[in-house]
Amino acid sequence: MENDTSLIIDIVFWIIAVSTIVSAIAVVALKDVFRSALFLVVTFIGIAGMFLLLRAEFLAMVQILLYVGAIAVLILFAVVLTRDVEQGSPFNRYLIPVLVISGLILAGVIFVITNTNWNVNSNNITSEQMTAAFVETSILGNIAELLIKKYVLAFEVVSVVLLSAVIGSLALVRKR
Amino acid sequence: MMEIEILRSGFDFLGIYGFFDGFMPDNLDWLVFLITSVILAMVIINALVISTALLTWFERRMLGRFQSRLGPNRWGPFGLLQPIADLVKLLTKEDTIPEGADKPVFTLAPIVFLVPALIVFAVIPLHGSSFLGRLNIGLIFVIAITSVNTLAIFMAGWSSLNKYAMFGAMRAVAMLVSYEIPMGISVVGVAIAAQTLGLSNVVLAQDIPFILVMPLGFLVFITAASAEMSRTPFDLIESDSELGAGYHTEYSGAKFALLQLTEFMAPVIVAALVTTLFLSGWRGYGPIPGPVWFIIKTFVVLFGFVWIRASWPRLRVDQIMSLAWKGLLPLSIVNLFVIAVEVFIFNPGEAGLSTRDLLIMTGINWSITIIALIVIFNVMGQSKLKRPEPVALPLANMYANTTVSKKATDLAEAD
Repeated sequence: MENDTSLIIDIVFWIIAVSTIVSAIAVVALKDVFRSALFLVVTFIGIAGMFLLLRAEFLAMVQILLYVGAIAVLILFAVVLTRDVEQGSPFNRYLIPVLVISGLILAGVIFVITNTNWNVNSNNITSEQMTAAFVETSILGNIAELLIKKYVLAFEVVSVVLLSAVIGSLALVRKR
Repeated sequence: MMEIEILRSGFDFLGIYGFFDGFMPDNLDWLVFLITSVILAMVIINALVISTALLTWFERRMLGRFQSRLGPNRWGPFGLLQPIADLVKLLTKEDTIPEGADKPVFTLAPIVFLVPALIVFAVIPLHGSSFLGRLNIGLIFVIAITSVNTLAIFMAGWSSLNKYAMFGAMRAVAMLVSYEIPMGISVVGVAIAAQTLGLSNVVLAQDIPFILVMPLGFLVFITAASAEMSRTPFDLIESDSELGAGYHTEYSGAKFALLQLTEFMAPVIVAALVTTLFLSGWRGYGPIPGPVWFIIKTFVVLFGFVWIRASWPRLRVDQIMSLAWKGLLPLSIVNLFVIAVEVFIFNPGEAGLSTRDLLIMTGINWSITIIALIVIFNVMGQSKLKRPEPVALPLANMYANTTVSKKATDLAEAD
C-alpha cells in the first residue's frame, strides 16, 4: 500500500516537474512576449503544485494568490502596454552574459541545496497520514510563529519597503 | 446501510472513500482515490451547472418582475426550460474565431475562466463533516483561486484582437485587482474572529452569525464580491452601451456559452461563500437538516443579488476606483482593526469565542459600523464628489485635442 501511494506521488511529481520545466523554457524561448508571460503563469502553478506535493498547502495557495493572481496579471499588463510586442524581447542581445550569470547562480543554488543538512522526515507516509495532513493544521501555525514572533523585524521592514514603493509610485504619477 | 451513510454525508470525501475502500483490494489504494475524486468532481460540476441554469431562469423572471414585465414564460412550466433552449441555441451557433486572433489563447480563455469557479465550490462545506470543507486553508484557497479569473478575462480580451474587448479587459484588471484587496481584508476579519482558516470551522465558530457580529465586514465583502463577479452596479467591464460586450465581444457559440455559464455561476458561488462566512452556513434551527438550511440561505443571498442588479445604475470608471480605494479599503481596515483588538482583549485561546463575547462584539461593532459609514459617506458622498469641469459645448468633448475643440471653446468664450 505504501509503495502504491509513493508510486502515484512519483507520477504526479514527474508530470508537474516536466510541465514546469518545459513551460519555464518556453518563457525564454518564445518570440511572442504575451504567450511567454502566459507560460510563466504555468510555471508558477507548477511550483504551487510542488508545494502541494510537499504538503505545504499554505505556501501553494500564497503562490497562486500572489504570483498567478497579482504578479502575472501585472506582467501581462506591462506586456500589453509595451510597443511592438510581436518583435520579441529587446534584451535578447544580452543572451551570452545572461547565460553565464544564470549558470553561475544555478550552480551556486545547487551547491547550497546539496550541501545543506535538511531536516527531512524520511519515513514512509501512508495515505491516512496524508489525509490527516490535509485536514489538520500542520504548517500554518509554525509559519505564523516564525513570521509574527521570531522574524517580526524583517517582516515589518519588508512591509515598510512595500509601503514606500506604493508611496513612491503615487508620487511619480501625481499631477504636478 | 453503507449507501444510506454516504447519501447522508453528501459531499463527504472520506465517506465515499470508505465505501470503495471497503471492497477494493488493499493494493489498489490509488484507484480508490481516483474513483472517489471523479465521483466528487461529477457531483460538484453537475450541481453547480444545474443550479446556475436555474439561476439564469430565476434571475430573468425576477428582473422581469422588477421591471413590470413577464420575463421568459413560454418554454415549459413558468418558462423553467428556458435555460435548455438557451443552451441549444448557443451550442448550435457557428463558433467563429476572428481573423488574426491568438487562436490557442482565445480557445483557452473560457476554460481558464470556468475551472477556478468549479474548483472553489469544492471546498464549500454543505454540512458538518464535509471533507473538502475541512481543508485547513479553505479561506486562502478561495481567495487565491478566485483571483485567477482576472487572468482569464485578460487572456480573452487580448487574444480577441478587438479594441472593445481590450478596453473591457483593461477595465477588468484595474477593477478586479483593486477589489480583491478589501475583499481579502474583510475575510481576514472573519478568520480572526473564528480563529481558523478552514471553512467548516468558520461555520462552527458562528454561534451568532457573523453578519451580526461584523456588519462592516459583511458590507465590504458583499460590495467587493459583487464587483469581483462584475454584476450590474460594477459591470463596466462589459457595459454594453460603451464597449459592445467587453471582453467577450468576439466570442460566439460554445465558447460564449462557457463564458456566460461562468458569469452566472459566480453569484451562486459568492452566495454560497457569504452563507458560509457570514450567515453561519448549514447551522439552523428545528428539524430541517443542515444542507437545506444552506440552500435556503444561499437562495436568500441570491435574491439579494438580483435585487441589487435590478435597482442600481452602473457606476462610472472613476467612481468605481474611488469606491474601492477611498471607501472600501478604509472600511475594511477599520473592521479588521476593531475585530483584532476585540479578539486580543477577549483572548479566547483554543476554545474560540464564547457566545457572550460574540454578543459584546456585536454591540460594539454595530455602533462602530454606523459611525464609520456616516464618516465615509460624508467624506466621499455625492455632495463631496468633484464634478468634472463643465464642457463649453455638447460636442466639445468629442473633438478634444483637435482644432475643432479649440474653436468650440473659443466660441463659448466669445459668447
